[in-house]
Amino acid sequence: MNTAREFTGASSFYGGLSQVMKFLLLTVALIMGMFVSFQARAQLEIDIVHGAPEPLPVAIPDFLSSHPETDQIAKDIASVIAADLERSGLFRVLDKSMYIEKQTDINYQPSFADWRLINAKALLSGKIVREGSNRLKVEFRLWDIYGTEQLDGKRLATTPDNWRRIAHKISDNIYKRLTGEGGYFDSRIVYISESGPKTNRRKRLAIMDADGDNPQYLLAGADLVLTPRFSPTAQTITYLSWETGRSQVYLLDIETGRRELLGNFPNMTISPRFSPDGRKLIFSMIKKGNSDIYVFDLRSRSTTRLTTNQAIDVSPSFSPDGRKVVFNSDRGGSPQLYTMNADGSNVRRLSFGAGRYTAPAWSPRGDLIAFTKSNKGKFHIGVINAKDGKGERLLTNSYLDEGPTWSPNGRVILFTREGRGISGRSAIWSVDLTGRNLRKVPTPGAASDPAWSPILP
Amino acid sequence: MNTKTIVLAVVMLALSACATTPKQQEIIQTQPRAEVPAPVIVEPEPEAPIEPAPVEEAAPVIPQGPQPGTADHFKYMSGEDRVYFGYNEYSLTPQTREILKSQASWLQQYNNAIIVIGGNADERGTREYNLALGARRADAVKAFLVSQGVAPGRITTVSYGKERPIDGRSNEAAWALNRNAHSVVLVGGSS
Repeated sequence: MNTAREFTGASSFYGGLSQVMKFLLLTVALIMGMFVSFQARAQLEIDIVHGAPEPLPVAIPDFLSSHPETDQIAKDIASVIAADLERSGLFRVLDKSMYIEKQTDINYQPSFADWRLINAKALLSGKIVREGSNRLKVEFRLWDIYGTEQLDGKRLATTPDNWRRIAHKISDNIYKRLTGEGGYFDSRIVYISESGPKTNRRKRLAIMDADGDNPQYLLAGADLVLTPRFSPTAQTITYLSWETGRSQVYLLDIETGRRELLGNFPNMTISPRFSPDGRKLIFSMIKKGNSDIYVFDLRSRSTTRLTTNQAIDVSPSFSPDGRKVVFNSDRGGSPQLYTMNADGSNVRRLSFGAGRYTAPAWSPRGDLIAFTKSNKGKFHIGVINAKDGKGERLLTNSYLDEGPTWSPNGRVILFTREGRGISGRSAIWSVDLTGRNLRKVPTPGAASDPAWSPILP
Repeated sequence: MNTKTIVLAVVMLALSACATTPKQQEIIQTQPRAEVPAPVIVEPEPEAPIEPAPVEEAAPVIPQGPQPGTADHFKYMSGEDRVYFGYNEYSLTPQTREILKSQASWLQQYNNAIIVIGGNADERGTREYNLALGARRADAVKAFLVSQGVAPGRITTVSYGKERPIDGRSNEAAWALNRNAHSVVLVGGSS
């Protein structure tokens, strides 16, 4: 796979601006400044920590292209970035037909007044330089229209067929510059592709980009594969397959295609997840009908049992510091969430609300735990504080929502939503922590069990 | 609509004694059969669920009855190859025990047959929890068969969670059918 290389090319950008032009632009900026309140100079920022902000109006013209062969990519990169930002719910991309200024060189300051007229708060301008037949350089500059300053400027290089990743990397840069937090656009989603009716359903392992583009099957043959999860540190996933007749945990290196049956235990194994350092797998093993939680060390190949309860103990998920585990147990009579130390000690009940709590996932930020809740015939994806189980917020509500997975920055949750009845199909949906930005993720057919990758290198 | 979507569980292909991999243990075909008469109810649920086609009706179609010792014969003699459970339950009802006693006596008669018990759950639970619940149901059936004298080594268990429903509808009747443990003869026996 090609990896995008990134340069911080600030010096060359500034070098391109002649002293005369600088003077002229400064003059224009000063004149325009007389018509604008100076309080607008406070630096552009989106506060995603406190409540739900109004989407920020941003202009994203087509990138400039220096060669006919890159004209299409120049348009497409702008479209992919616009779609990324809009999907986050934090940005509103202004329609291109409104744009007054047509920049011909991104190394000059934009005409801020023209962009203010259409209420753009930020402007992304970019260009593509073709370097030989198999290499592109993509430059971008992010402008604060009211603060009249450049917020970000970078140059990235790649091969032409890798242009989508460049677009996602630019989206991540913009997101980070304006929210102060890491983005999640240059990442992938592993999931289960479903076909056939409910009573004869085929489930296959698949992967796609975070925006739903580029879907591919990962395995041939198997017709029942479930609950894939990404390693936080490598291009490896773990999943469940029934190919030996019972459910067992497998590992798959998606770069090399190398597959491994974990441990070859004589029992059913289910609900695998990686530790945050990628060195261990935590999962449930079922002996005589009873499920308990175990840890498998991928280097020493040793297995450690963490729970010894006669109740159902499943769906373990590590805290991001690796010290704690949240899991699902019915030891109290109904399915609830519990936490314990990574060695199995100090078990505490975390959820106390009405209904059944299952399928917990610890946020990569550490502060929240997402879960599935069923109550009064409805299913919800919700979050509670990891520390004390308080502050419950239900983000969704439907006949059947389940299995939350976090974006790499801990701001967005993907989950499975399944329709009612014989014609009900599964689909992957996303929701942010406000609960207001609920969207269906496009997939070629029915899909379930999403799991988000870390940000790609 | 509902009357046309009766689910018919077609019995296992007869398997010869020598033969098969666990992968092929369960072959379920479902198809709408409008002409199937209202089925007999063998259910703990108060609401009348629609049952898989009763064996009594299938039997006359086969001139000689199923070949003794085969998977078909197991189902024919036991009366039922599935037993059903309450919501989030894995305990056996008295009715369930009677069916399992029939299964056990067949297994004792054909004492080299091997079976696998598949535990299933309805859709109103999350995927991993339901896999654990299905395992409980399969094990409850295995434990009962063992208590009736069947050697534990002849019975394997597997859970499909909510992945193998026999009724695709979303109502009480369908959920009641989908909460089951399914005994399937993997290797037929001889008496």
